[in-house]
Amino acid sequence: MSDSYALEMRQITKRFPGTLANDRVDFTAREGEIHALLGENGAGKSTLMNVLTGLYHPDEGEIYINGRRFRFNSPGDAIAAGVGMVHQHFMLVPNQTVAENVILGLRDVPFRLNGRRIEENVQAISEQYGLPIDPRAKIWQLSVGEQQRVEIIKVLYRGAQILILDEPTAVLTPQETQGFFATLDEMRRQGKTIIFISHKLDEVLSIADRITVLRHGANVATVDAAGMTKPELASLMVGRPVLFHIDKPECKPGEPRLLLDGISALDNKGLTALNRLSLTVRSGEIVGVAGVAGNGQRELAEVICGLRATTGGVIDIGQNNVADAPPIVVINAGVAYVPEDRGAVGTAPNLSVAENMALKAYRKPPIGSGLFMDRRLMREQAAELIKRFDISTPGPLTPVRKLSGGNLQKVILAREISSNPRVIIAAYPTRGLDIGATENVRNILVDERSNGTAILLISEDLDEIFALSDRIAVLYEGEVAGVVPGEQADRDAVGLMMAGETPEAETAPAVTTPHTEAAPS
Amino acid sequence: MELALLVNLLAAGVRSGTPILFATIGEIFSERAGVLNLGVEGMMLMGAMTAYGVAYGTGNPWLGVLAAMGIGGLLALLHAFVTVTLRADQVVSGLALTFLGTGLSAVLGAPLVEIRSAPRLPNFRIPFLADIPVLGPIFFDHNVVVYIGFLLIPLAWFYIYRTRPGLELRALGEYPAAADTLGINVIRQRYFYVILGGALAGLAGASLSLAITPLWVEGMTAGAGWIAVGLVIFAGWDPVRGAMGAYLFGAIRRLPLDAQNLTFFLKNPTLGYFMNMLPYLFTIIVLVISSREAMRRRAGAPAALGVPYVREERGA
Repeated sequence: MSDSYALEMRQITKRFPGTLANDRVDFTAREGEIHALLGENGAGKSTLMNVLTGLYHPDEGEIYINGRRFRFNSPGDAIAAGVGMVHQHFMLVPNQTVAENVILGLRDVPFRLNGRRIEENVQAISEQYGLPIDPRAKIWQLSVGEQQRVEIIKVLYRGAQILILDEPTAVLTPQETQGFFATLDEMRRQGKTIIFISHKLDEVLSIADRITVLRHGANVATVDAAGMTKPELASLMVGRPVLFHIDKPECKPGEPRLLLDGISALDNKGLTALNRLSLTVRSGEIVGVAGVAGNGQRELAEVICGLRATTGGVIDIGQNNVADAPPIVVINAGVAYVPEDRGAVGTAPNLSVAENMALKAYRKPPIGSGLFMDRRLMREQAAELIKRFDISTPGPLTPVRKLSGGNLQKVILAREISSNPRVIIAAYPTRGLDIGATENVRNILVDERSNGTAILLISEDLDEIFALSDRIAVLYEGEVAGVVPGEQADRDAVGLMMAGETPEAETAPAVTTPHTEAAPS
Repeated sequence: MELALLVNLLAAGVRSGTPILFATIGEIFSERAGVLNLGVEGMMLMGAMTAYGVAYGTGNPWLGVLAAMGIGGLLALLHAFVTVTLRADQVVSGLALTFLGTGLSAVLGAPLVEIRSAPRLPNFRIPFLADIPVLGPIFFDHNVVVYIGFLLIPLAWFYIYRTRPGLELRALGEYPAAADTLGINVIRQRYFYVILGGALAGLAGASLSLAITPLWVEGMTAGAGWIAVGLVIFAGWDPVRGAMGAYLFGAIRRLPLDAQNLTFFLKNPTLGYFMNMLPYLFTIIVLVISSREAMRRRAGAPAALGVPYVREERGA
């Protein structure tokens, strides 16, 4: 027994019908250590952590905490053993208070709740770890960053010694991330063991002490973070060398292709989602839309594509105002849409790859003629696209629901790009894709830009925005808080704008508000 | 003396609202846990029939009450198995339960219809309190089940809002995944509250056949179970507001009987037909309004109401 490890997982194997999610994985973590767990989607990170938190029972393998063997039959057992997890999708009850969420599920709380005592305890923990929070606030009133604090307090309140953080920075602005890292440092100093799941290599290298990389369910390496480089980590994750640099030819913007002028719209709850938003995208340029999720990104994409009614403003796609025009008019005007929800909006899951690829082309010759479709031509064209976009599928007749996320996205891109669009609206095009597929999708977008297409790129991944965009528009509460040229963009300035703060005068030169933006030449 | 008639009406409202009260609070527990049970009407009927039969057979009305709660809980267990374990549609399962309860109680209860002599739950006039003018007769001169109802209201409220298990109950219907990750057994607790809801529906039936209208006839609940289902929404899943609604509906259901003596109605006999419609009209209005999704959301429905809980598992 090696007692020096706070946590030792040995030879963990977990099978699901048809897949081997964890294949004899060894994983160890020390006291006072931040241990990053890296891996592509489907590499088995979540499964391993669900085993550790008692949600899944491993088919084989053993778990030791401080040298003592544990068998977890439920999440309650893992909590009792000092394991706590901060989930990526927060496990907070929205209409209950911070304090109520913190004590939920605890057995040693008296039958009759003593509100004040609980609030004081929560306050104490929040001060000890530098996690400011109002214990009486309801969860739905809190920002995402604050909700994350509640999650961490919840775990600490249970006396967790081992904390698992599942992609904790995915929802934070750069500034919030800095504050969050300070918290992690503090917890490390106090001797906690922290397991940090992420796919952001820069973050992992800056905060972690050791790194474990999973690939295809197996542990391929556990290394000290010091001395590792980004490309080394990436090739461990993917299993082959990865190029981080995107070859992007110089931007030669042409005529404006997409003009939004004073667009307003409501969200699904009837609240203002877009507030007199103005933006221009020109031929041959990628305009990145940055912003914290929920600041109007989804509504922006939907409004342009005719999927959401406007309450004011003009959308010009090189012809007339298409605001509130039906989607078919927008499509015919040359707008391609890569939607956020690939499974439900982007594709019809039970239709074949070939049918999904023809979902735009079927109306017109050569595939469509009157009531009929040339199915053989459809298959042939699909086969070509499968080759051109390097889609791995058993064949053109396979239902797309059987494809992985990356290949599904390539099917959508193949359909949209083969329609020779003038404008592409790409919403979160690489969300959830692994490194290989992400690289692919980004290259496809850059190629389209070289062909003179105007591209509006909505993404929550700031690295992606910075890598691809010629100009960056920051969205805050449905307005464009500022537009920054891509190559001079300053992360801090963008981060501040994402948080709704106007950049100060010193950082301002690179920023123009959309209304004073010089008309394209 | 119109005041005496009004006092009479309100007292009758409290009395005949009591079965609705039990059913409503039971359904609040079930729905707070995330399980919609539309079988209330069926469970009430089975409860009423069982209570009457057992009370007649044993000569002890309290055994009848226990049996009714047992049969209500048993039917609810069936609903829990179908919706929580098998994850079937809660609306379909609940409706089936109502059909089952209505039909089964009519068949099994047929021999009881002729019997008029089953023992009843006792009336109890609370000394001193009952002598208070107006309030006394309205609240303190009733059958014991009415007082049980009075006790249940603050108990349910306290349990839901001020206790540890109550907090877990509220989390269960809002975000079961959160409860699960914190070591709360979602499945077991949902079973518990669905069965509790059924037992209270059974009690509602027993209070009807052993106290409020002490006899058994087929379909004697006359939609009271449906009113309870609708009231839960109007009450915003709050037992105190649910109780007030139950008493109000109790009064409305009594209106056709008690209002006949008001001079106003004696002059306009055709109004009587309209009065007879009232309880049914209100039931329909309540159900129509409360079945609207938007209405439910605004009233503060538990977010996970009607959604079976599945711990995220992968597989073919």
